[in-house]
Amino acid sequence: MTTASAPRTLYRKLWDSHVIEVVPGAEGEGEESRAALIHVDRHLLHECSTHQSFEALRSNGRSVHRRETHLAVPDHAVSTALDRLSIAQDDGAAGAQVARLASNVAEFDIPYVPLGDARQGIVHVMGPELGFTLPGITLACGDSHTSTHGAFGALAFGIGASDCETVLATNAIVQSRAKTVKVELSGTLGDHVTSKDVALALIGRYGAGFATGCAVEFTGEAVRAMSMAARMTLCNMAIEAGARIGLVAPDETTIDYLRGRPLAPQGAMFEQAADYWRTLASDPGAEYDRTVSLDLDALAPQITWGTNPQDSAPVDGTVPGAPEDAEAARQHAKALAYMGIEAGMPVTDIAIDVVFIGSCTNGRIEDLRAAAAVAKGRKVAAGVRALVVPGSMAVRAQAEEEGLDTIFTEAGFDWRMAGCSMCVAMNEDRLAEGERSASTSNRNFEGRQGRGGRTHLMSPAMAAAAAVTGHIADVRMLEEIPA
Amino acid sequence: MKPFESLTSPVLLLRENRIDTDIIYPARFLLIMQREGLGQYFCADRRVDPEGNAIANPIDEAKERGAGILIAGREFGCGSSREQAVWTIKDFGITCVIAESFGEIFQANCLRNGVLPIVFDPATVEELATLGKDGELSVDLVARTVTAGEKVIDFEISDNARERLLKGWDETGMIQSRWGAAISTFEDGQRAAQPWLYEPLAI
Repeated sequence: MTTASAPRTLYRKLWDSHVIEVVPGAEGEGEESRAALIHVDRHLLHECSTHQSFEALRSNGRSVHRRETHLAVPDHAVSTALDRLSIAQDDGAAGAQVARLASNVAEFDIPYVPLGDARQGIVHVMGPELGFTLPGITLACGDSHTSTHGAFGALAFGIGASDCETVLATNAIVQSRAKTVKVELSGTLGDHVTSKDVALALIGRYGAGFATGCAVEFTGEAVRAMSMAARMTLCNMAIEAGARIGLVAPDETTIDYLRGRPLAPQGAMFEQAADYWRTLASDPGAEYDRTVSLDLDALAPQITWGTNPQDSAPVDGTVPGAPEDAEAARQHAKALAYMGIEAGMPVTDIAIDVVFIGSCTNGRIEDLRAAAAVAKGRKVAAGVRALVVPGSMAVRAQAEEEGLDTIFTEAGFDWRMAGCSMCVAMNEDRLAEGERSASTSNRNFEGRQGRGGRTHLMSPAMAAAAAVTGHIADVRMLEEIPA
Repeated sequence: MKPFESLTSPVLLLRENRIDTDIIYPARFLLIMQREGLGQYFCADRRVDPEGNAIANPIDEAKERGAGILIAGREFGCGSSREQAVWTIKDFGITCVIAESFGEIFQANCLRNGVLPIVFDPATVEELATLGKDGELSVDLVARTVTAGEKVIDFEISDNARERLLKGWDETGMIQSRWGAAISTFEDGQRAAQPWLYEPLAI
């Protein structure tokens, strides 16, 4: 039994503060019930996972419980072409899906950021940017990468379309309290090594299922030193370890980020909220179900070579050989065959056809700055198609103010409008059969970026290095550009 | 939602690890806005080649046998939260998935759609795969057992998940009727403690 005085993890504090009622029923012999009806404070919606949610509301004659806890935006299927507003009506099924979202939010009076709005962007980029995402809240969205918002010390998790309907109608959901994993990050990151590399290295070491269903809290001085963008990348990738939730305890970095954001509390109420947010940390001595660690001092930039995010390797390494376990060896061989590469080859020998910089993992201004720093004064290699897709129109505007768009276009990158784009490959941005990408997105699954497409995950700086060299390259080893 | 009590059926074997929801239901079909009739897209890229020709595969073969139980490997349904991954298997005819582990959101989505997810250790999954390969398995949610011929194996499922499937609850209606007042009480307390969550949304 947990008593009020027992030290609690941040996850447990957030969970306890959202339990409406414990749902009786044993989960295992002699255990207290972990299931509870929990309150969902905020809900993000996009066009791709909510059409059936609204349909369920309609067919059951239900209304929305509290309209101001929801925020909708189109992101998954939208075109990222510069003239997308003029082609929207002709954009076939994608256009129809966006139009359906617009009519649904109008019918149910849900706050909406439409295509063409200066704030439009990927849910997990736009939510934090607007201050819709806050510490201490529960936040749900019909998208697995909702774990991103845990970077603020929020309980943020992905749900299906049916659960979206339940959240619209009740602001509540039945869930089981997750097991907890503490990730201890020691040391400091070297030049050009990022939280994306940390995530890939962690999943590589502990396996893609190491946190299945768990709440993962990232701790250590290295996390404290990270920007909100870097923390969001880390929590975003928690789902690739199978986690339900990624968490970073809020601190002054979090509070400074949120101050003045349009949907965050304002004035005296902000300070009142911030006082509460500062209490949101795991107590000393709090017990986790599991603790794992990673030392960052010697960490090299990482890339993935296979079709599972755990298939990561340092950029100065080689494609690994077959593991001993027979089943693992079979999967290894299958992954290499799909990817069209061989064990033992230096990863920097892997030639690239397409470069994708963007997504809810790495589509923020800090990511574009890192990529632009590499692209500056260089040219995209012959035969390589390179896209930069800002995570939101606000990121795009900020990048243009800083001149990053000029750097990208002069180098030969395609400078696009905001959306999920080639991360999910629902619009025209996709790989052709057999094409190979260097991608800053989150999933290297078979066919994820287009049927038969081959995906190598990496950080924005590394993807830019791949673009200018035409192959996977160690960004730390690029020759200096004469000033 | 249609209740789930028991099922006796042939088996579709997909004994691979990490069959993710992009494999189960490729993203390009997410543009379809109906939830009925999606079974034709189940693992589409393993059943039809890029030119639209049928590929020999265990899935269509199992369809002909009327398979209603799927036996998978580890982390079945990991990745994207798309509920279409459950709608497609259900429309295909599968109402019970046995695996070594599941992607968590997929597992939650199963419970919302009357599909029973069962977790066993790898050796038991392998045993059931062998026993069910050419015959049938019986799943009984009331007794919490899987039966293959003479062999009866107990499975674990939380009381909460079991009740939801057995009763075929409409979850939203159930929450409203059972907890409507409790939600209001919770929100009154939250409004007092964290008033900033109840400010108008300036959008």
